[in-house]
Amino acid sequence: MKPYVRPISAGWWLKRSSYLLFLLRELSSVFVAGYVVLFLLMIRQLAQGPAEYEAFMAALRSPLAILFHIVALAFALLHTITWFNLTPKAMAVWRGEERLPAAMMIVPNYVGWVVVSGVIAWFVLRG
Amino acid sequence: MANKTIRLEILRYDPEKGSAPRFQNYEAPYHEEWVVLDAINYIKDQMDGTLAYRWSCRMGVCGSCGMMINGTPKLSCAAFLRDYYPNPIRVEPLANFPILRDLVIQLDDFMKKLVSIQPWIIRKEGEKPVKEGEYLQTPAQHARYKDFSMCINCMLCYAACPVYGLEPHFVGPAAIALAQRYNLDSRDEGRDIRQEVVSSHDGIWQCTFVGECSVVCPKHVDPAGAIQQAKLASTMDWYKSLLWPWGGK
Repeated sequence: MKPYVRPISAGWWLKRSSYLLFLLRELSSVFVAGYVVLFLLMIRQLAQGPAEYEAFMAALRSPLAILFHIVALAFALLHTITWFNLTPKAMAVWRGEERLPAAMMIVPNYVGWVVVSGVIAWFVLRG
Repeated sequence: MANKTIRLEILRYDPEKGSAPRFQNYEAPYHEEWVVLDAINYIKDQMDGTLAYRWSCRMGVCGSCGMMINGTPKLSCAAFLRDYYPNPIRVEPLANFPILRDLVIQLDDFMKKLVSIQPWIIRKEGEKPVKEGEYLQTPAQHARYKDFSMCINCMLCYAACPVYGLEPHFVGPAAIALAQRYNLDSRDEGRDIRQEVVSSHDGIWQCTFVGECSVVCPKHVDPAGAIQQAKLASTMDWYKSLLWPWGGK
């Protein structure tokens, strides 16, 4: 009498769309981290002088660098939006016998996102 | 009118033979009001008495008839044939558990984990004598844990959890949701005791928040939410012990 243990296939994450979305969300952190590294390199080049910084910026205009930025942006959006929408799962706020509606947990995230992005855009674009 | 039938492809495993499980097809009668469990009961009674599976209440309360139905963990008493007809239905034992025979899984691991989180009310000084009366609770206090208390231990969440499949030591969704159910109960004082299991390496921190446990739960318990809320509470504990004088006690 031996219980049978079913093997788990290497492609388990393809079996359900929710598994795939989860894996993409996990993968997104790699691109977010990659962008942070690029950003730190840019600051280092900036500290070394205008010529180094210009060379770095020229390198960023290559098709490969632009492709990386597009992919990184897509993953950053996936990361941000999926986590924002999961906030109410992690935060249960009660008022008496009623739990605050999920939207009240989610919307402030987006408001904060827009406000912070607006402030940064104002700094960058004011000339 | 010809009698309609529906094909059920059922995974069979015979532990005495020890060979790998295989699918066996049955043409069961199709009735619009039948659930998969009705068809399996018909097969057992009329076609093949050797088929082994668990069931009891056939009304979504006992939690014993969980199976993989077309790859999704479901209570077979709540999965209507009409949602699949005329396509065949593939029935397998709950994923991530060892198979004892046919559709019967070995649930020892789950039972062990369930007990490990001590899912009962713990009082530090022991329970007061009955003659002193009940521990009173307001409706607001009851609401805090009510959803988590609806769990029927059907293990669908374990079958849906890839983390449990890959890391069998993971305490798992239902057990942690029940730990949270008692931790949130105003009458309970056992959170510190449960934390040893809940906040251990094999506890909440194994969860990567796939969220499928809450999707398949037939009782809307939301184990994924329970786990994230437990993570938040444990993180707050850690900050308190680090930043507060005397560890926030």
